[in-house]
Amino acid sequence: MSFYDQYINYKTFDFDHFFEQVTESDIKRILNKNRIDPYEFLALLSPSAENFLEEMAQKAQKLSLQHFGKAILLFTPMYLANYCINQCAYCGYNIQNSIKRKQLTLDEIEKEAIAISSTGLRHILILTGESPKDTPVDYIVEAVKVLKKYFDSIGIEIYPLAEEEYRKMIDAGVDGLTVYQEVYDEVIYDHVHISGPKKNYNYRLNAPERGCKAKMRNVNIGALLGLNEWRREAFFTGIHANYLQNKYPDVCIGVSPPRIRPHAGVFEDVYPVSDKNLVQYMLALRIFLPYLGINLSTRESAKFRDHLIALGITKISAGVSTEVGGHSSEDKGEGQFEISDSRNVDEMKEVILANGYQPVFKDWMHI
Amino acid sequence: MDELMIGGVTLKSRLLLGTGKFARKQIIPDVIKSSETQVVTMAVRRVDLGAKEENILEYIHKDIVLLPNTSGARNTEEAVRIARLARAMGCGNWVKIEVISDNKYLLPDNHETIKATEILAKEGFVVLPYMSPDLMSAKRLVEAGAAAVMPLGAPIGTNRGIRTKELIQILIDEIDLPIIVDAGIGRPSEAAEAMEMGADAVLVNTAIATSNDPINMAKAFSLAVKAGRLAYLSKLGPEKEYAQASSPLTGFLNEGEI
Repeated sequence: MSFYDQYINYKTFDFDHFFEQVTESDIKRILNKNRIDPYEFLALLSPSAENFLEEMAQKAQKLSLQHFGKAILLFTPMYLANYCINQCAYCGYNIQNSIKRKQLTLDEIEKEAIAISSTGLRHILILTGESPKDTPVDYIVEAVKVLKKYFDSIGIEIYPLAEEEYRKMIDAGVDGLTVYQEVYDEVIYDHVHISGPKKNYNYRLNAPERGCKAKMRNVNIGALLGLNEWRREAFFTGIHANYLQNKYPDVCIGVSPPRIRPHAGVFEDVYPVSDKNLVQYMLALRIFLPYLGINLSTRESAKFRDHLIALGITKISAGVSTEVGGHSSEDKGEGQFEISDSRNVDEMKEVILANGYQPVFKDWMHI
Repeated sequence: MDELMIGGVTLKSRLLLGTGKFARKQIIPDVIKSSETQVVTMAVRRVDLGAKEENILEYIHKDIVLLPNTSGARNTEEAVRIARLARAMGCGNWVKIEVISDNKYLLPDNHETIKATEILAKEGFVVLPYMSPDLMSAKRLVEAGAAAVMPLGAPIGTNRGIRTKELIQILIDEIDLPIIVDAGIGRPSEAAEAMEMGADAVLVNTAIATSNDPINMAKAFSLAVKAGRLAYLSKLGPEKEYAQASSPLTGFLNEGEI
C-alpha cells in the first residue's frame, strides 16, 4: 500500500458536488471539534468556508501556539546547480530554456557556505535541478560533507532518489528531505511534465515515503499552486501529509504551499490562487494537522509573509537567492524563479520579533 | 524547612521552568526571577554556543541548575548522544530524558526512556525522565537509577490540565523518588492541584511562555505551587461522599426505644 492507493480512492470524487453541499452550519460544527477527518478538512477548503476565515485563523493560531509556541525557524536555500534534463512547462530550469547554467565546485560551495553562515543561519536547504549526470548522488554527498562544517541542519531538495540513496545522504549528514509532487492530478501531471525522468508520477509520489523509510528527520511535501484548481491540490497535499504522519510517526512531516512565480520560459495555463485562497489553505491544514510543519518561501511578498507569521507558519526562509552561487559568486547561474521578498536575515529577524515571535536559528545539530 | 532534594541538590522552589516557546529570549531572565525557579530546562538542539545573542545559556543566571533536555531524540541512542553533547557543551550533569517517536501527540516512549536512563545514570548523570504515567515503567526507572520521575499530566503543549490524575496519584503513592508533573498544566490552579495531590514539583513551559504576560503568569504559577504544597502539608480536610443533614432522618433512634 502506498499513497497512490489513497489517491486512486479520491480520483473520481466529485469535488464540485461536495463543495455545493457544504453549509455554514457544517463549518461551524467542524470548527467546534477537536479533531477533524479528511472530509471535514475538505469542507474547510470549500468556498462556503471562506466566510469563516477569521474563526479559522483564531483556531489555527491557538493550535500553532500550543504545538510550536511563539517561535519561527529561519533557513535559506542554497542552489548547487541548475542543470536539468526535464522539460517541465512551469519551470525556469526546463531543458529547453536557454538560461545560464552553472554548477558549484566544492570550493565554491564552501565560499557560499561561509557567506551564508556569516549571517547567523544554521539551517540550510540545498537544491539542484534534475541531472544525475551533472549532479550525481556522490557530488551531493561531497557537498554535504563540506556544508556540515558550517550548518547544524541540512535539507535536500533534489531529484527523487531510491531509499538506499536517501540513506547515503543521511549518513553524510542530511536530516531533511523536500520533494514536491508539483501537481497531484495525474492527467495534469502528465501534461505539464513534457519529457524527462520527472514524467514518472509514481516514482515522485513515493519519494517522500522512501525518505521516511530511510529515517529522514523531516520530510516536506507540497503542490505547486496554480497548476490545478487549488482546493483539490490542497486536499491531496493534506491527506498525503496525514498518510505519511500516520505511517511514520517519528518523522516530522511538513508542507509548503508554493505559488507559481514568474520564471524563464512561458507557461500560460495558470489557475488563479489569491492571497485569500492561500490563507484558507494554510488555516485548513493547521486545523486538520495541528502538529504539521508549515513552511513559507520568498515566493510570497514581504507584506503578505509578515501577516502569515501569526497564522501558523513554523519555518520561513530569509536572505534568499535562487541563483547558483548567488551568495558569494560574481559569476552566477540563472535563478529558478523570481523571489518577492529580498529581505536579508537581520531584517527578517527584526520582523519576526516585531510580530511577537522568536526567530530560531538552530533547532537541530549533528548527533 | 520544606525542601526538595534531587541529585544531591536542595531546592526551595518546586516550580521548574521550560524555555521553549517564548516570544523573546530576552524576557527569560525576568520570567525566571518572578517564577523563583531554581531549575530551568532547555532543548540541547536549540543551544547555539556560537552565537552570543542567540545562545539561550546567556539568559540563565549561573546560580540556576541547568536541566538540558533531549527533545528531538527518537530513540535511546539519540537521547544518550544528545545528553553527552550537553555535558560536553558545559551544561552540567543533569539531563531530562525525552524520547519521543510520535510526532502527532508527542507522547514519550517509556521503553526507550528506561534504557537511556540506565545508560546515563551509570555515566554519572542526574537523570530526570519524562514519561507516560505507568507504574511498572516508573518502577523500572527507579531501578535504572533515575533521580526523579516526570509523568505527563496531558500531552505537551495542550494546557488541558491533569488528565492522568489517577495514574499520577498511584506514582505519588508508590514511588520513592520525587514525582514532578510535567506537561499539560495550563493554569496555576492545575499546578496547585498537582501539588495538593502530593506531587513534589511541577514543570511548566507553554502556559507561561504563550500567555500575554509571561512575567506575571510565572509569578501566578509560583504562588499556586506554594499554595498547593502548603495545602498538601496541612492535610486537606477529608472529602465526604454523602451529605450531613441538619435534620437527620434517623435522629429519632438517638431518643431511645419508642
